[in-house]
Amino acid sequence: MIHVSTTVNGDAHELLCDPRETLLDALRDRLELTGAKEGCGTGDCGACTVLLDGRPVCSCLVLAAEAEGHEVRTVEGMADGENLHPLQRKFIEHAALQCGICTPGILVAAKALLERNPDPSETEVRYWLAGNLCRCTGYDKIIRAVLDAASEMREAT
Amino acid sequence: MAFDEETNGFKVVGTRPDRPDGIDKVTGRARFGADVTAPGMLHAVIIRSPHAHARIVKINASRAEAANGVKAVVTRADFADGLEGENWNILENLMAGERALYDGHAVAAIAATSSLAARDAARLVEVEYEVLPHVTDVDDAMQEGAPVIREGAADGSVPAGMHPNVVRCHDSGHGDPEEGFAEADLVIEERFTTEATHQGYIEPHACLGTLGPDGRGELWCCTQGHWNVQKVCAALLDVETSKLRVTASEIGGGFGGKTAVFIEPVALALSRKANRPVKLVMPRADVFRATGPTASTSMDVKIGMKKDGTISGASGVFRCQGGAFPGAPMEFTAMCAFAPYALRHVRQIGFDVMTNRPKQAAYRAPGSPMAAFAVESVIDELCNRLGLDPIDVRLKNASREGTKASFGPSWDRIGLVETLEAAKEHPHFSAPLAEGAGRGISCGFWFNHAGETAVQLALSEDGTVQLSVGTPDIGGSRASMCMMAAEELGVPYDDVRTTIADTATLGYNEISHGSRVTYASGLATIEAARDTVKKLCKRAADKWGIDAEAVEWRDGCAIPSGPNAGDFDPMPIKEIASRMGQTGGPIVGHFEATPEGAGVSFATHIVDAEVDRETGATTVTRYTVVQDAGKAIHPSYVEGQYQGGAAQGIGWALNEEYIYDDDGRLQNAGFLDYRIPVASDLPMIDTVIVEVPNPGHPYGVRGVGETSICPPLAAIANAVSNAAGVRMQDLPMRPSRILGALKARS
Repeated sequence: MIHVSTTVNGDAHELLCDPRETLLDALRDRLELTGAKEGCGTGDCGACTVLLDGRPVCSCLVLAAEAEGHEVRTVEGMADGENLHPLQRKFIEHAALQCGICTPGILVAAKALLERNPDPSETEVRYWLAGNLCRCTGYDKIIRAVLDAASEMREAT
Repeated sequence: MAFDEETNGFKVVGTRPDRPDGIDKVTGRARFGADVTAPGMLHAVIIRSPHAHARIVKINASRAEAANGVKAVVTRADFADGLEGENWNILENLMAGERALYDGHAVAAIAATSSLAARDAARLVEVEYEVLPHVTDVDDAMQEGAPVIREGAADGSVPAGMHPNVVRCHDSGHGDPEEGFAEADLVIEERFTTEATHQGYIEPHACLGTLGPDGRGELWCCTQGHWNVQKVCAALLDVETSKLRVTASEIGGGFGGKTAVFIEPVALALSRKANRPVKLVMPRADVFRATGPTASTSMDVKIGMKKDGTISGASGVFRCQGGAFPGAPMEFTAMCAFAPYALRHVRQIGFDVMTNRPKQAAYRAPGSPMAAFAVESVIDELCNRLGLDPIDVRLKNASREGTKASFGPSWDRIGLVETLEAAKEHPHFSAPLAEGAGRGISCGFWFNHAGETAVQLALSEDGTVQLSVGTPDIGGSRASMCMMAAEELGVPYDDVRTTIADTATLGYNEISHGSRVTYASGLATIEAARDTVKKLCKRAADKWGIDAEAVEWRDGCAIPSGPNAGDFDPMPIKEIASRMGQTGGPIVGHFEATPEGAGVSFATHIVDAEVDRETGATTVTRYTVVQDAGKAIHPSYVEGQYQGGAAQGIGWALNEEYIYDDDGRLQNAGFLDYRIPVASDLPMIDTVIVEVPNPGHPYGVRGVGETSICPPLAAIANAVSNAAGVRMQDLPMRPSRILGALKARS
C-alpha cells in the first residue's frame, strides 16, 4: 500500500492506497465522494472528470498515488455552502440534464473552461466538452446552460 | 371540442419549473447504481467467454477459490433448475449453461473482499472450451448450412423450410400490393441494412445485493423496472418474490437497455453463497459485449407511386437479428414500417433471426427506426424521380383519424398531419441550402404503451403531499408527476414531493418503457389526486354537516358547490390536513390499474447535411424535430426527449455500429471505437411541440420518449443521399461507405 497525502476540495487527507488504485476509486471508495462517476474506465466518457491543480483530468486514468502533494477538486466542492455555482444553477434552469450521470463531469469540465475563457463561443464550448459524453440531451441544453452561466458570471464581475 | 376545452386553463401543466431532484444531481449527491456500499460488502467480477460459440467442457475454479480475499464463486449450477420460457432465456443469457453463445457470454462469477482481489482471482478461473462454428450476420444466419444456434427454438409462425435460426415470423397487411404496383407510374424496390447499435447509457449496470440463508433479500440496482427485476431474480434464484425487496437507484440512462436483467441475480447468488452483501458493477467493455444492443437488420422494401404522389402499393420484408435468443423486434419493425401512410395495398413480413451475438435488448422504439430508414428512403427516391415535394407527398398519403392502419386497426385521433404541416411552415424547410448540402425529410411512428401502474398520494399533516410512484425517473419525470399532482390538488408545485417507491411499498409497476411514464404514472397520479380530493371534500362536508356531493374542490380548498349547499368559508387543504387525525385518520389517494389508451405518436424531422467529398465525412448542419406530444406537461423535458432521440439517431446513422471480426469477437467494445456523438459533432437541435390531445389521458398526454428516434436514420440518410447525389442504403454512413458510393457513381 502507498501512503498518499492530498488535498480534496480544500480538506487535507491521508490515504493508504493500492499502487494500482485509480484516483477515481480512491475518491469514491475511500473518501465517499461518489459525485465523480466511472462511465468507461478508459478516459473516453469524461464522467469522472475532476480538477487536479486546476486542470481537468479523467480521474480513472490518474493513479491515486499521483495525487500526492496535489490539490483535487470535485463536483462536491463546486457549490459555496448552500449557494450553487452559477453553472449548477443554470443546468437546473435550462433542463440541461436528463438522467444526470454525466452532469458532475460536465460541470467540472465547464468550470475549468470558464476559469480560462470567461466568454467562450458556442463552438469553443462544444470542443472543450467534446471529451464529456452525454447520451440523453443531444448537448443542446448543456451548451445553452454553459453559455448562459458564462454570461451571468461576466456580468457579476 | 369539449375535450380541448377541458385541457385548457392549466395553472401548473405547461410551465417549466426546476426539477425536484435537480440540486442532488448537480452537486453529486444523487445516488446511482454504483454509489452505495454496505457493511461487509464484497466486490464481484464476471468471467466471460472469449469465443463466439463454444462448448463449455470444464470450469475449474479451485485456484481462484483459494486466492486471498475470495469468498464465493458461482456458475450455472448455483441458479434455479427447470425454468421455462423467457425466464430460461434470461438465465441462459446471464450465466451460460452448456455452451457459450457469443463473445462476452458469462460463464462464472467471483466475489472477493476488494474489486482488485476479485479481478486478480478471476484470472485464476480455468475454463476449457471446445470452439464451435459461429455466425454473426443476419443474412448469413438464414443461409443453408449456417451453424444452428439452438435447435427447436422456432415457433409455429415460421414457414416450413426456413433455417432453424429463423425463430419467429410476422405477416400482416391488407389489399394486394401487386395490384397496387400495377397501378403505379413508378415502382422502386431496394435492399437496406442497418448495424446493431448500443443504447450507450453512460452509467454501466450496477447493483448491490444481499440474499440471506432464509431467502430474504435486499437489492439496490439501476434499472428501468425494479418490479421486473424482483420477479426475475426470484424465479432465477428460486426464492419467493415478496421476500426480495428491490430499490431502484437513480438511473444513468437506459433507453430500453435497462429493461432487461443481466447482473442482479448473479450478485444475489454470490451473496447467498458468501452470506455477505455483494456489489457488482459492469466494466464498460462488458456493457458492450453482453448487454443490449438493438437488432441489426436486412430489409427489402418495394413501393409504387403514381405521378400525383399517391402511394398505390407497398410491401416489405424485414429480417432482424437479435443475438443468440429469440426476441428481435421484427413485428414492431414490420408494423411501424408503413404506419404513417393510409394505403389500400400493403403487406409487411418480419423474421426474427438468431446469431452468435448478445441477446438484443429494447432500444428506444425497438424496430421502428430501421423500418423508417428503408421505407422513407424509398419514398424520398420516388419523390426525387417524380419531381414531387417530399412533404406534400407525405401529406397526400398521411394516416388520419379513421383511416386503416397498415397493421390493422383504424386510427384514433392522431397528429401526423399536424406535424407535417408544422414542418412545412417551419423556416427550416424553406431555407436556402448551401452548395453541396442536402436536405432530408422523414416521418416516424411509435405505438406507445400504458402498462400496469400503481400510485399512492399521501397527505402530510401540514398539507404538503407525498406522491409515491413506481416508475424510475429516467429523464425528469418526477417534475411532471409533481406538476400533475399540483394541478389536480390546486397546491403549489413545491408542495409535492415525488418518490420512486421500492417494491415493498406499492403494487406492481411495469417497467419505465414504451414511453409510458408520463402517460401512465401521470394518469395514475391524476386519478390518485382525484381520489384524495374526494376524501378531502368528505372531511369538509362532515365538518359543515352537509352531503359530500354538495362540496367541490377549487384552488386547493373545499367549497360548497352552490348557494343551496350552504354558506361556508373555503376550507384549505392545510386546514383539513392539520385535523385529519381527529376527523377520520390519514388521507391517502390511490390508483391501481392497467390503463388503456396510450395514444400513438408521430413525428416529422428535417435535416440538412454536408458531405465532404474528399474524406466522406458528414456534418449535420441543421436539425429540426416536429413531434406530437399530445400535451407537454413540462415542455423543457419534452424538448429534451426530442433532442436526445435526434442525437442518438445521428450517431446510429453516421458512426455507431457493432463490428465483428471473422472470429466472431466484438472489435469495438469501448467508447473510443464505438463512437457516440460528442458535443462538437452536433448542431443545436430545434424542436416544435405539436399538441394533438390523446383522448386516452385526462390531460391529453402522449408518450414522447421513443418516437423521436424513429425518423432520424431516414431523414439523415435522405439528406446525405441528396447531398452526395447517390442513394445510401446501408447504415452507418461512415466516411468509407460514402467515399465508396461516390466512387461507384463516378
